[in-house]
Order: sequence, then C-alpha cells, then structure tokens
Amino acid sequence: MNNLIGSDADSQRTLYPYVTGTSVVGIKYKDGILLAADMGGSYGSTLRYKTVERMKSVGKHSIIGASGEISDFQEIMRYLDELILYDNMWDDGNSFGPKEVHNYLTRVMYNRRNKFNPLWNSLVLGGVKNGQKYLGTVNMIGVHYEDNHVATGFGNHLSRPILRDEWHENLTFEEGVKLLEKCMRVLLYRDRSAVNKLQIAKITEEGVTISQPYSLKTFWNFAAFQNPTVGAEGSW
Amino acid sequence: MSKIAESVPPKGGFSFDLCKRNEMLVQKGLKQPSFLKTGTTIVGLVFKDGVILGADTRATEGPIVADKNCEKIHYMAPNIYCCGAGTAADTEAVTGIITLILSHVVLIAITSALCYCFWYACNLFYLFNVAMLSLDMVSSQLKLHRFHTGRDSRVVTALTLLKSHLFSYQGHVSAALVLGGVDVTGPHLHTIYPHGSTDTLPFATMGSGSLAAMAVFESKYREGLSRDEGVTLVAEAICSGIFNDLGSGSNVDIWEKEYLRNYMLPNPRTYVSEKGYSFSKKTAEVLLTKITPLRELVEVIEGGDAMEE
Repeated sequence: MNNLIGSDADSQRTLYPYVTGTSVVGIKYKDGILLAADMGGSYGSTLRYKTVERMKSVGKHSIIGASGEISDFQEIMRYLDELILYDNMWDDGNSFGPKEVHNYLTRVMYNRRNKFNPLWNSLVLGGVKNGQKYLGTVNMIGVHYEDNHVATGFGNHLSRPILRDEWHENLTFEEGVKLLEKCMRVLLYRDRSAVNKLQIAKITEEGVTISQPYSLKTFWNFAAFQNPTVGAEGSW
Repeated sequence: MSKIAESVPPKGGFSFDLCKRNEMLVQKGLKQPSFLKTGTTIVGLVFKDGVILGADTRATEGPIVADKNCEKIHYMAPNIYCCGAGTAADTEAVTGIITLILSHVVLIAITSALCYCFWYACNLFYLFNVAMLSLDMVSSQLKLHRFHTGRDSRVVTALTLLKSHLFSYQGHVSAALVLGGVDVTGPHLHTIYPHGSTDTLPFATMGSGSLAAMAVFESKYREGLSRDEGVTLVAEAICSGIFNDLGSGSNVDIWEKEYLRNYMLPNPRTYVSEKGYSFSKKTAEVLLTKITPLRELVEVIEGGDAMEE
C-alpha cells in the first residue's frame, strides 16, 4: 500500500530541482558568440549562492551556459570533460566543434528523459569553428534547435522579444554586449530569481573569454514610483 | 418555524452553492477542466499630461482564434477607459445585455461540443455574464454617480467600484484590468487583479503577452514622454505581444483621450488569388432554373383610411 505513493525507485530518479540557476541569453555577433548569465544559485525561494559560474568552456571551440539544477550541470561538465578527453586521445588533428558537442548533449538529455530520470537543465551551447558560428540550445526533455539568438527560462519570455526586434547580422562586440545587457537588465527587474552579478562570455575563432563578474546599473527613481498613490489616496 | 425559501439567493455577494457541488464532483473523481486564460496583451502608460491605453484584438477559445478583431478597450466614462484581459476580453459587444446573452449561447454550444461538461458551461456562462456585467455595471454606476454629484467621474471611483466588485467574487471572476483615465486630479493608471488587489503604476502590462510587452517598456520607458512618443511606445509594446505571444495577435487598439480603433494593422491579408473569385456561368451545367421573387409587388394607396384606434 505504501508503494503506491513513492517506491524505492523514486529515490533513484530526479523528481524536482533543488539549487537552480535562472536564465541564460546568447547571441551571434560579427566575430562569434556572446553569452550572458548571472551568478545566482537559488534554493527554492532563497538566494543561496551568489557566485555560481553557470558558463564554462568546452574544448577549444565551444562554450556552454546552463540554467536549472546546478548539480546536474556539474554532472554534465563531467560528461563533457570526458568527451573532450577521449577526443584528444584520438590525437587525429581534429577536435569537436560546437555542432558535435550540441549533438552529444541532445542525445544525453533525450535518453535521460526517456528513462524518466532527466538532467534538470536548459542548456545554451555556442561556438565558432573554422569560421562557422554556431548557437544552439537543448533542454531537459530533449527539445533542441539552433538560432541567431537563444535564451532559457524567463529569458524566452522577456529577452527573446527584444532580440527579435533589435538583433541583426554583424553586430560589433560593443553593440552585442549592450544588447545583452539590455536583456539582462529587464530580467533583473522582472525575474525574481535574478541576481545583479553577471558574466559575459565571448567566443571567437581565437578562443574563449569569460569576463569578471560585474553588476548592471539600475534606475529606481521614476517620479511616479516615488509617490505612486498621490492621486489615489488610500490605494497602493 | 417558517421555512426559508431556498430558491431565494442571498442578498448581494456571490452564491457559492455551485462551488460546493463542483468540489463534491471532484471528490467523486471528475476531472475539473481548468479555466482558459484567454490570450491578450494589454498595456497602459502615463505620459506628461495623460494616459495611453493599448490592446491587441485577438480573442481565443483554446487553440482557436474566435474573433480576429475584438474590442478589448471598454468604456467606463468619457474620460476613463478600461482594458480587460482574462474573461472580460472574450466578449465583443459589451454594452447591451441582449447581445451579451446571445454571444454566450454560441459560447455554450462550442464549449459543450468541446466535451466540457454542461455544468461547466453553466458556470462559465454565469461568470462570463458576471465579468462583463461588472464593467457594464461600473460604467452605469459611474453615470448615476455623475448625475448625483454633477461632476466628472474620477479614476479612483472606478477603481474602488471595480475592486470591491471583484473582491466580493473572491477571484472567481477572472478579469484582469488596466484602468486608465484623466480627471481633475490628473492622469491615473491602475491595474486590477481578479482577486481585487490593485497597483498604481506609471506603466503596466497584463495578459499572456504581458512579459513581452513589459520587456519593451522596461527597456524603453523614460520620464517626460510626449504624447506621440508615448503612443509609439505603446504600439511597440502591443506589437511585441502580438508577434511573440501566441495568445495575442491581429491589430493594435489605442486609447488616448479618444478611442483609436485599429490604430495599427500589422497583420494584413496579403494573399490575393490570381484567378479571382468570380465564376462565369459556363463553369457549372445548369439543370433547372426557378426564380422566386423575394418581395411581392404591393400597391400603395395614397390617402387611405386612417388607422383604427
């Protein structure tokens, strides 16, 4: 009778996420890919960890950004490190580019989902190889696609509309960063699990750079917010 | 001693009898269909000396677009208008009760056909009625108040009437409103949630497309906007909802002192068939021709007998 509610097998499967990261936003620009993510790790409704690096480089040509369960992201990094290691051991002059890594991740995520034991993440995978820029995403149920701009979680609702309007081919680095900061600022205002400490990651043919953490300027001094109910006494 | 007639509803307030029956049915194992949040993007913006309201024009019933060009900006008073999302946004004819009932007969037929239980349709009918009546009611109450006081209506009056009405229905009337207007005290913009809570804001968005529209507002709003800049920003926010949210679509309606219906039509029907739509008589073989005149010729006699009293 007890087994109907929760069997022993349940303790072997991921049922809920615990420590989670919020959105990741990525765009293609002139020289490569730009990714942005904040450094928050929430434990339910508490902001538990404020220096979580949610973006990591993978091999020579790719960079991965993750939202969702942090421990599953760490596990994915172990899988990817093993993948790159095996690739290096072949020593055949070829190295896995972003397309290959993305495909590998898609297979891993989809297979786990089929076993009802998902890796609770939404991932952004970007990179440049032989001049070809690549930006893709895959999530915990295995849905994957590539596009000129991608986002996970809340970023899909708040950042993608802005990117659809304002992204264009051949953004310069400064324009790209400005656009990403615009998206991250809106997320900071309107996503409760966002934290004002973010990193921007850049990947070009030359290699990967992940910036130092910094914070965005926010503006809270609209006159209408100072005394909002001056015209409507008693309301709020 | 004397039996209280059970058919008499309690004075004022919502009758929760059907809610008890619904709970009983759920306990017996009935799967309760959830209320559909009708897709909408509605926004409001306060600029230097006024308020601008904007709305999309799509009304959905589940995955189907029921009305491609409905009106979501409702009249409250000559100087106060209200955008409605949720239940309120589904009806087009908002003023007459007869039109209201007729449109809901259609709705019941559709909901029944979609395998929703009839009891659900009954509930829905009642609540739709009540949601739209709430706006009608408030605009009528405001008019009576104007006659009584001899003054123009104030936005806070409409706000208080709406919020107390929605609160008494405990959130069962799922109307989320953006109320805006200009009165003697200045321009005001408020949002009202289905449970009756309100916010007073310089810019606000509601509905399923609210995140897309809010992204535009949060990145482009600044103080001291002129009227034209404000209207452009509102149109941009609604377009963001129309193109990025599946529940919103079609055209942009704007209200700024006057109702600009279909201010922008960013989804025109561009396909024109080359062959045209006129079919010559030789297209089909005619087997039988029968002509029935619709009107009989009537002789009108001038200066006839007077009407009988």
